[in-house]
Order: sequence, then C-alpha cells, then structure tokens
Amino acid sequence: MADLYDVRGLRLSLADMTRKPLFGAAPRLEILKGLDFTIPQGAVMGIVGGSGSGKSTLGRVLVRLLEPSGGSVRFDGVDITHLDEAALRPLRRRFQMIFQDPMSSLNPRHRVGTLIAEPLKLHGFDDVAGRVARALDHVGLPAGFAARYPHELSGGQRQRVGIARAIALEPDFILADEIVSGLDVSSQAQVLNLLEGLVRELGLTLAFISHDLSVIRRLCSRVMVLHHGVIVEDRATADLFDSPQAAYTRELLDAIPLPDPDQVWA
Amino acid sequence: MLDGRGSVKRRAGARLWLSAGWLAVLVLAALLAPWITPKDPLAQDLFLGRLPPFWETGAEPGYYLGTDSLGRDVLSRILYGARLALIVALVAGSITCLLGAGLGLLAGFLRGWVDVLISRFIDIWMAFPPVLFSILLIAVIGPGLGSIILAIVIIDWTRFARVVRAEAMAQGAMDYVASARVAGRGRLGIMLREILPNVLPTIVVLLTLEMGIAVIVEAILSFVNLSISTDDPTWGGMIAEGRAAVYQAWWVLVFPLITLFLTVLSFSQLGEGLKDRFDPVLR
Repeated sequence: MADLYDVRGLRLSLADMTRKPLFGAAPRLEILKGLDFTIPQGAVMGIVGGSGSGKSTLGRVLVRLLEPSGGSVRFDGVDITHLDEAALRPLRRRFQMIFQDPMSSLNPRHRVGTLIAEPLKLHGFDDVAGRVARALDHVGLPAGFAARYPHELSGGQRQRVGIARAIALEPDFILADEIVSGLDVSSQAQVLNLLEGLVRELGLTLAFISHDLSVIRRLCSRVMVLHHGVIVEDRATADLFDSPQAAYTRELLDAIPLPDPDQVWA
Repeated sequence: MLDGRGSVKRRAGARLWLSAGWLAVLVLAALLAPWITPKDPLAQDLFLGRLPPFWETGAEPGYYLGTDSLGRDVLSRILYGARLALIVALVAGSITCLLGAGLGLLAGFLRGWVDVLISRFIDIWMAFPPVLFSILLIAVIGPGLGSIILAIVIIDWTRFARVVRAEAMAQGAMDYVASARVAGRGRLGIMLREILPNVLPTIVVLLTLEMGIAVIVEAILSFVNLSISTDDPTWGGMIAEGRAAVYQAWWVLVFPLITLFLTVLSFSQLGEGLKDRFDPVLR
C-alpha cells in the first residue's frame, strides 16, 4: 500500500526562552532529533512516549501547525515541509486534527452547528446543512445539538463534536492528540469505540497520540515509541507488545496496571 | 443524551434593568427636551432668581427644581444638558472603542513587530497627564463639540488597546485558534470570526465604562469652561455655577451632580449587567 506520510530526517528546534541571556539570541532546544518514518494509507498509527518526548510536537508538524527546522514531510507525494499558509489551504481539508481538550478547541461563542459548518464553507462544500446533520449522526449526537453551545455539552459530547468537525471534511488523515485523556473511563470507551468504527467505515488513516499503551494496543495497527525526540521503536502493535526491543518500551509496558485474577475484594 | 444544559437561562437582574431604565429616561428626555421642558432653559428672570425646589417654602409653581442666580429653570437646564452629555458619551465612546479595540486586537493577535510598535506607542502615550493634555488640546484647537470628542478619543484609546491586547493574546493561545488554522482559515478570518467574538464581552464592558468616563470628562471640561459655548446648558457648567452660590442655593449644584452621578453609575452597571446577561459561557 502507498504511504500517505513520508517523513525523512525530521528535525524541529524551538528557542529556549528560559535560558535566554539578557542580550543575544536564546539557545535552541531540540525537540525532534531526526525522525524517519512512514504512515501507510489506511494505517492506524499509535504514537506513544512520556511527557516531553515530542509526540504532540510531532503531531503538530504532521498537520503543519508547526514548521520543521530540518528534514522533509511529504503528504501523499506533496512536499509540505515549508509550504506557506496560502499554499497549504487547499491541502488542509485532507489532514485534520482532533484536539486533547475539547473545551478549548471548540470556540465557546459558536454553536455546534456553526463549528462544524464553518470549515465546510471554507472549503466550498455543497449541501452544508445536510453534511452537518450527517456528521452529527455519524458521531451519535442528536441533530438538535447543532443549536447548542459547547459549554452546554458534557466532556464526551464535546469530544464527539470535535470528531464530527474533523470527519465532516472527508479528510484522508486524522491526527488524534490525546483525545481521551481528559474523559472519564466510560466516555473514553465510547469515544474509542466511535473512532474505531469511523476509521473502518470511512477508510481513514489515523495517527493516535497517547501516553496510555492499553488504549494504543486496542486501537492501533502500528506503534511508534518516542523518547526525548528520537524514535526508539516503530513496529506492528502485536510484535511490540509481545517482544519489546527497546529498554524504554519495556519500561512503558511495565507501567500498565494489569488486572490480577487472584485478587479478591476484601 | 438529551439533558437540560441547553435550557439553562440566567436572570437579568435588577442591575441591568435599573441602569438601562435610567439611561432610557435620560435618552427620552434628551430627545424630547424641546417639548417636555417646563421653561426655556436660557430664559433669564432676575426677579425669580434662586427659587428653591418645589417642596420648600417660597417655591414658584412650574419651577420644580428651583432656579439659579439668573432665574433660569434648573430642571430645564438639566434636561437640555443631557443632550450634550449623551452625544459626547455615544460618539466619543464609540470612536474611542473602535480605535483602541482595533489596535489592541491587531497587537494582541498578530504579535511580532506590530505588537512592539503599538505597545511602545501606548507606553509613551500613557506618560502624558490626561487632564492637562485635554485642556491643552482644547486650548490649542479651540472649544466645541468636536474638540471635546477628539480630546476624549485621543486620551482614552489606550484604555481599550491595553485591555483588548491582553485579552486577544490570551485567546490567541487557545486551541480553537489552532483548530481554525487546521480547518484552513486565514489570519484575518481567525481574528474576526474566532477571537473577536470572545473579546467582545470585554469590549462591551469597557465601552459602557468609557461612555461614563466621557460624561465625566465633558463635565470637567465644562467646569473649567472649555466645553461648548457657555450659553448652552451643560451639567459641568451648572455645577461650576452652583459651586459659587452653594450656601444660598444648594439645589443649583446638587441636582446636576446627582444626575451626573446616576448617569455615570448607570453606564458602568449597564456594561456589567449586559455581560452577565448575554455571555453564553457560564463562567
């Protein structure tokens, strides 16, 4: 299968303002240190790593919210590494993102209907009202929710709106950045089930960023483990969980709490 | 999935109704002044000088709030004074708001050199003492309605610019801005469609405060006789005249002062009340 993303030697450094001298430029802080990987069409790619491993930064580079300082990112054959906003705009429809915190990623002044409709209008879709209704239906929200404001929804419902907003554009790729970490366990399960179903139904390519390996194991076909801005492992999920190669991966795996069948309720 | 969150309504509160009510009365009085004032506000009658308000002994019928030392009806002058006060409040407040909020939004959202330029300009601007600056300005360009408005705009735009800049910066860091970028919206679109609606409640509160301030500034300038021509009644001018005779005729000072006080208070409370009522985000 063809590769949707082809990333070569990706580097990203940001100015470290905490160590900026009074005069002169701040030292550069390397976040991503030369990453090489591909995301095949139709794959569900898990990206794991601890805090500060660079996984969210990597995600933001993939949807070009950040511009890499080195290397190249090709999306479906097009080099998007240094494209400017105007040149990116027609491509934007094809890679979408679902954010970690649905409260801050949904504009509190717009109704749910508007939130989903606006991107559609920007990209010149026809039958916007119908598409909004279908997107809401897809994520299991009643059509009446279009008239609500984000603060009138629960956390799980808000995250569904975030998903509806992304899939309404019929993208090829969706980046999900820690989308269940802010939800309670039952909402997590619901949102994950929903996402799983949508990926299969719509034939999406998905990158799923998480620090929770049990979630990754359930959802992803392939896992990339990041540690301090370097890929330490990039393999099929089953292989990774059966025989982790890198020491860091083993550490992460050991951190998963396993249910103990012998334990009884006291 | 359906729950009651969509049907939560908030009470408007007495604050909004009282302040809006007072301002509505004032607007009506200003619009209808020629028809509802009991006397000609400019007519002098030295035989009727310093008449007390209606409940005191020695009051003349028809002069409800008494007369000043030249025999001019206090109530009629207050009603006519409302015209100037409201025109200044609305026009100067709006222009100040547009200029200040516009610059603040640009600085806070675009950041970079635009922000540096506008922020340094604000810093420099705020180093001028405002009252002296306005008096100097009017002394140079001459008194008149336009001069008052210009003085208020030139002095007070920084009030909007600073607050709106800070607010736009905070909003610009929110994920919904990144989300709009992912959706393919341009910078101008993000500023006007995403950030502006979130800064608007702050702007409305500032605008109503500014209208109150404009009324005060106009009164101050009238007090030092730098407002419009001295014939036309202004609240500040009445207070200045009343001050001279406060031991003989307290009403000439007190009634315009109460009107001014209630008006400025109503403007500030109107802003707070509107914010409470129309902010869709329950904070």
